[in-house]
Amino acid sequence: VRDLESGGEDVSRTLLLVGTRKGCFVLESDADRRDWSVRGPYCESWPVYHAVHDAGSGAIYAAAASEWHGSAVWRSADLGETWALSSEGLGYGEDDPRKVSKVSSLGVAGERVLVGAEAPGVFESRDGGETWSLLTTLAGQPGSEAWDDPSNQPPGHLGISGITTDAADPSRFWAIVQGVGLFETGDGGETWTPRNRGLRADWPREHEEVGFCVHRLARSPADGERMYQQNHVGVHRSDDGGRSWFEITDGLPSEFGFAAAAHPHDPDIFYVIPLDPGHARCMPDGRAAVWRTRNGGESWERLDRGLPQHDAHLGVLRAAMTTDAHDVPGLYFGTSTGQLFASVDEGESWSELAAYLPPVWSVEVAVVE
Amino acid sequence: VADLRLPPTLTPLFAGLPRRVEVDAATVAEAIAGLEAKWPGVSDRLCEPGPVLRQHIHVYVDRRRAALETPLEPSSRVDVIAAISGG
Repeated sequence: VRDLESGGEDVSRTLLLVGTRKGCFVLESDADRRDWSVRGPYCESWPVYHAVHDAGSGAIYAAAASEWHGSAVWRSADLGETWALSSEGLGYGEDDPRKVSKVSSLGVAGERVLVGAEAPGVFESRDGGETWSLLTTLAGQPGSEAWDDPSNQPPGHLGISGITTDAADPSRFWAIVQGVGLFETGDGGETWTPRNRGLRADWPREHEEVGFCVHRLARSPADGERMYQQNHVGVHRSDDGGRSWFEITDGLPSEFGFAAAAHPHDPDIFYVIPLDPGHARCMPDGRAAVWRTRNGGESWERLDRGLPQHDAHLGVLRAAMTTDAHDVPGLYFGTSTGQLFASVDEGESWSELAAYLPPVWSVEVAVVE
Repeated sequence: VADLRLPPTLTPLFAGLPRRVEVDAATVAEAIAGLEAKWPGVSDRLCEPGPVLRQHIHVYVDRRRAALETPLEPSSRVDVIAAISGG
């Protein structure tokens, strides 16, 4: 956003939408992204799994689930100053054994807002989040008979853990079924195709096409055919929009991690945060680092300048790292112990934006006028 | 009329919903339906499909643990509690 009257100065506001275990927070800065203010908690401090900005309408949506009061999507039309919630239509019906125990992944597809639920299903709103209806449960996909069995629904498992939309085609999007794999629809959610060919799984699987543990999908904004994913086992790349995958883990300190982010302008640049795969699920050796490839995964470099390098046992969850779309993009991640870090030089150096937030579950960015 | 007492987590979600409400109802379910008529959406915050009370919403009628079908006396006190602990 360039204000010509002020001599071409970039007058945009950069907002970070941070979903935490105790509500949604909004951090705000200008285009320089050096000084930040923190607002919140919003959403009555409900656990917020994901919050996104709809550039079309200007609204913020936050997917939340209260242990007391159930699941709902909160919405704000004024960048977080005021909020309302709705769960109207967010359910499988009185006679269906499946329950919506959580809504946890949001996406905006044209005029529709999508939210992924657990048990697995995608709900849509066509009225800006006031009401919701079930779009799909991916019925009939390989593995669905198992994920639809309520006895396979321990809390915290087997939901739609990610939705990736296509800015150029609102009828096309991808959904991750936790522990099952990635699926694509090209017709707005009516039909689906598994997109897991070439992925690795170190466990027995019943179906050739599914049984993969996709943690996070990152699609390059600069080249829609280029995708990356952090999987339970390995980091993988696709050059054909997810139809086939190959592994690019070599050079990373761990094959395990959750968060992943694609560079907004260069499809060969991609970021991950490798974690100890055991119980810790923290950055190895108590030393915080983000890892970057600049050649599509042929080699990796450790980025840690400004990040704590001792006694920093930080975990970062699947939706908790993102990039902005500035010319020199910013990179942001939040930890499960409440720190928020940013880099405004593509990962070369980092600063701490907040130290004492609740556990961070998601970080998304919005650049607005 | 029954004297209904609501948890502090509920009232901020609905404009004008007080912590204490008088309702004319014969059961807990009718009392919640009465709230729903005036504050749409309240029912979904207290009940899940079945309908049954949400797992961590506990209701007491005259200090005894109750369910949706529990009858109310004209002078019953109904306590709705958000009933899990933890940080």
